Amino acid sequence: MKGNEAIAHAAIRYGVDGYFGYPITPQSEVLETLEAEMPWETTGMVVLQAESEVAAINMIYGGAAAGKAVMTSSSSPGVSLKQEGISYIAAAELPALIVNVMRGGPGLGTIQPSQADYFQATKGGGHGDYHLIVLAPSSVQEMADFVALGFDLAFKYRNPAMILADGIVGQMMEKVVLPEPRPRRTQQQIEEQCSWAATGRHGRKHRNVVTSLELDPARMELNNERFQRTYAEIEANEVRFATHYTDDADYLIVAFGSVARICLKAIEEARAQGVKVGLLRPITLWPFPKAEIARLARQVKGILTVELNAGQMIDDVRLASECRVPVAHFGRMGGIVPNPAEVLDALYNHFPEAKK
Amino acid sequence: MPKIIGAVTVDALRCKGCELCVVACPTDTLALRADDVNDRGYHYAYMARPDACIGCASCAAVCPDACIEVYRVVER
Amino acid sequence: MTPEEIINPANRVYSRPRLLTEVNTHYCPGCSHGVVHRIIAELLEEMGLEDRAVGVAPVGCAVFAYNYIDVDWVEAAHGRAPAVATALNRLWPDNLVFTYQGDGDLAAIGTAETIHAANRGENIAIIFINNAIYGMTGGQMAPTTLIGQKTATTPYGRRVDLNGNPLNISDLLAQLEGTCLVTRQAVHTPAAVRKAKAAIKKAFENALAKKGTSVVEIVSTCNSGWKMTPAQSNEWMAEHMTARYPLGDLKNV
Repeated sequence: MKGNEAIAHAAIRYGVDGYFGYPITPQSEVLETLEAEMPWETTGMVVLQAESEVAAINMIYGGAAAGKAVMTSSSSPGVSLKQEGISYIAAAELPALIVNVMRGGPGLGTIQPSQADYFQATKGGGHGDYHLIVLAPSSVQEMADFVALGFDLAFKYRNPAMILADGIVGQMMEKVVLPEPRPRRTQQQIEEQCSWAATGRHGRKHRNVVTSLELDPARMELNNERFQRTYAEIEANEVRFATHYTDDADYLIVAFGSVARICLKAIEEARAQGVKVGLLRPITLWPFPKAEIARLARQVKGILTVELNAGQMIDDVRLASECRVPVAHFGRMGGIVPNPAEVLDALYNHFPEAKK
Repeated sequence: MPKIIGAVTVDALRCKGCELCVVACPTDTLALRADDVNDRGYHYAYMARPDACIGCASCAAVCPDACIEVYRVVER
Repeated sequence: MTPEEIINPANRVYSRPRLLTEVNTHYCPGCSHGVVHRIIAELLEEMGLEDRAVGVAPVGCAVFAYNYIDVDWVEAAHGRAPAVATALNRLWPDNLVFTYQGDGDLAAIGTAETIHAANRGENIAIIFINNAIYGMTGGQMAPTTLIGQKTATTPYGRRVDLNGNPLNISDLLAQLEGTCLVTRQAVHTPAAVRKAKAAIKKAFENALAKKGTSVVEIVSTCNSGWKMTPAQSNEWMAEHMTARYPLGDLKNV
């Protein structure tokens, strides 16, 4: 099935309580699949097509504030519209899952795949000092698996998580093993797990208020310090990445999402030519695998980042490499996807000594 | 003929002296204390003519700060 | 009998509702918000809803409504309360979900969310405070500001050619199939307060009975923004505001 469809099926099986979305290419299959599956008849999951991305993200805010497992999906221009709501969700310390199946921008751009929302996703995106937990799937299987992972992390840290997929993973079809269905949480489980949520008091002695507003600067600074402690904890515990052929690598390619698969093909060709290249694929874009990149920067002679953008993740790779080795970027934009030969050419262009 | 007599209490600390109760009172029972202010500097409302009160609760109905309690007795 | 004899619990006919918290409100003296808050607290108590009522606070003067009424609350982004309420109610359908919004929140920045929630017939109650001005930010023009009315951003009075017409959004909402009650009330006299309370009670009953969206517009005052005393504001409201926003039911099915 398509990556977008896998997300929808995984959401039903995970026991998601509500999905609120708005159509936009190339992710509309998420909403379409959910409407076709009618999970309100089976698991009781609420599915609603909102009047806008703005309304949809604020429905997520409301649902998350009430302790429910809620998610939305969109694509780049729509995710821009959601940024206000995402900032509120982060500031109110609410768990939620947001899916961005990226297309090329800026502006209305193109409906073809892109990774140009890396900055937006990993640096906050909306106003204020905050971070999302950002997961970058590179296969349809990971599209399905990251629904559960995203929600588990979001609830563990009371922080919104994002699946940052590109249009390729959203649209391509692969075999996928869907997770075993599990029931939605009961009211009692929700009230135990989310004692802070606006569920209605139901006998609770005090009222729960979900807000991001605090006019007292001293208390607002304390709130911010608490957020930062959460982010530090996430950075310490939740870095995820995959490596291929890095043990003996002289050169390193860093790429995420579907592009990492193209790079792996390029690396296998390079190895056939006797050039030792390795791949690091960040699975969490935030927290970023800084330590592993710093370690590999002591080993390799050069690093190439390959992205469907003008060079965004390269900033984080360069910082993580502590400038020990040259870090170069190769990217295509506007919805163009490079092939393995182009990637290899780019590697040899930037590091001619590799091709001895 | 039974006679309805009333009385109100005003939480002087909570009162903001907006005067809406004074305007709403049909029997001119209430007034703002011209010679005193509460902790927050407001001339608070009080029963200036206690005998006039009929306990109709009009004052409480329009009070934005819910600082008026109303009591009523039917005297036979 | 002396007042001291009358004032004892046995004779009490009105007291502060239990669901109003002890804190003093931040509202200006004479502000309509306080009256409407009090009515809501009375109704939640009288209707036994404190355990399953969830309010959605707006951005504007009522942003701190959650500090004053002792039920669960969610503070929404500016204008988004009906979207937040949509999810709150769909995900906890047994709860009473109500929004509390001003004219800028509901009829300017949140017009889309308001109209679409009402059009879907979400089972929520919308309490809409229309005081024809942006109070919190210092008295700027609102969508409901009257022609000729002076505000911080219409210092010479609102002009149709420059600023457009006052938006009568309740009339729009009454046209939608999803609404079951759209009514315009006021709280400037004891009689008006009683009628407004009855209207909000009906709105809560409709939400619980899943009859669709109820909208109770309270034509209100902002004496600080209007630069009048509270009593003068009530008179001005009764004379000018109700001419443009006539009181009464627009729809009640």
